[in-house]
Amino acid sequence: MRWIWIDKFLELESGSHARAVKNITLAEEHLHDHFPGFPVMPGSLMLEGMAQTGGILLGEKNNFEHIVVLAKVPKVVYHSWACPGDTLIYTAKLLSDNEKGGTVACEGHVGDRLVVEAEIVFFHLDANDPDVKGVDQKNFVFSMNLMSVMEVGKAGTGD
Amino acid sequence: MSLSDEEILAKVQDTLVEALSVDDDEATPDATLVGDLGAESIDFLDIVFRLEKNFDIKIPRGELFPEDLTSADSGYVQDGQVTEDGIAALRQKMPHADVDKLAADPQVENIQNLFTVQMICNFVKAKLNS
Repeated sequence: MRWIWIDKFLELESGSHARAVKNITLAEEHLHDHFPGFPVMPGSLMLEGMAQTGGILLGEKNNFEHIVVLAKVPKVVYHSWACPGDTLIYTAKLLSDNEKGGTVACEGHVGDRLVVEAEIVFFHLDANDPDVKGVDQKNFVFSMNLMSVMEVGKAGTGD
Repeated sequence: MSLSDEEILAKVQDTLVEALSVDDDEATPDATLVGDLGAESIDFLDIVFRLEKNFDIKIPRGELFPEDLTSADSGYVQDGQVTEDGIAALRQKMPHADVDKLAADPQVENIQNLFTVQMICNFVKAKLNS
């Protein structure tokens, strides 16, 4: 399984906000265990989807010069749930940032229904920092693998 | 913006309640961020962002919470004690902190006790008046 928890960006206004979509499907293995007879998107994976949306928003502002790593979640509130067949729309708004990191406010909606909201703090790491070398990059918010989400839809709409 | 000391303290307490999930009666002026309020290094960036927003100020990197205070090559630490040069450097870098208290017992591990709620209030007051 690829660790990509958003399907496509709908909007990315550099340094301001981003919107991404996550379609939920019963083809996702974990939904058969979470929970049997009541498949719902795990809260942790919604948080990951918001972190990927917000992390790319922050990374893009700096032309992806820094590695962006999730440092802290000061607030997360789950208001509802999302099921197979639902389309979750994540929005991320950049609240603050400097050379050390940044904070985003995120929400996840299904239609008009607010499912989740969170604040996420990211740190910047530099790839040439000796402390960072050898660290497993899959733990970072974005890697080249995740960046493929930026290409979705660019080949055309199929119309 | 003109705020009284009490108003600054109340807003700093609100900031710490948000950032550290502590109760406002825990964030007394002499409470230390690390020892009493459980702050970790990650929290310092969060606190800086929230102070900037709540007081509408800009806090350049390292101004409120100086970095590398005790790194091995700083020359400010010897045998687990902050040297006189180190104390002088801290006075210059952190005019908002109670360095006299550290100078009285200059153990390296006491450096983190410079970071108190009152220190943040002093810093914010100076920023607002500058």
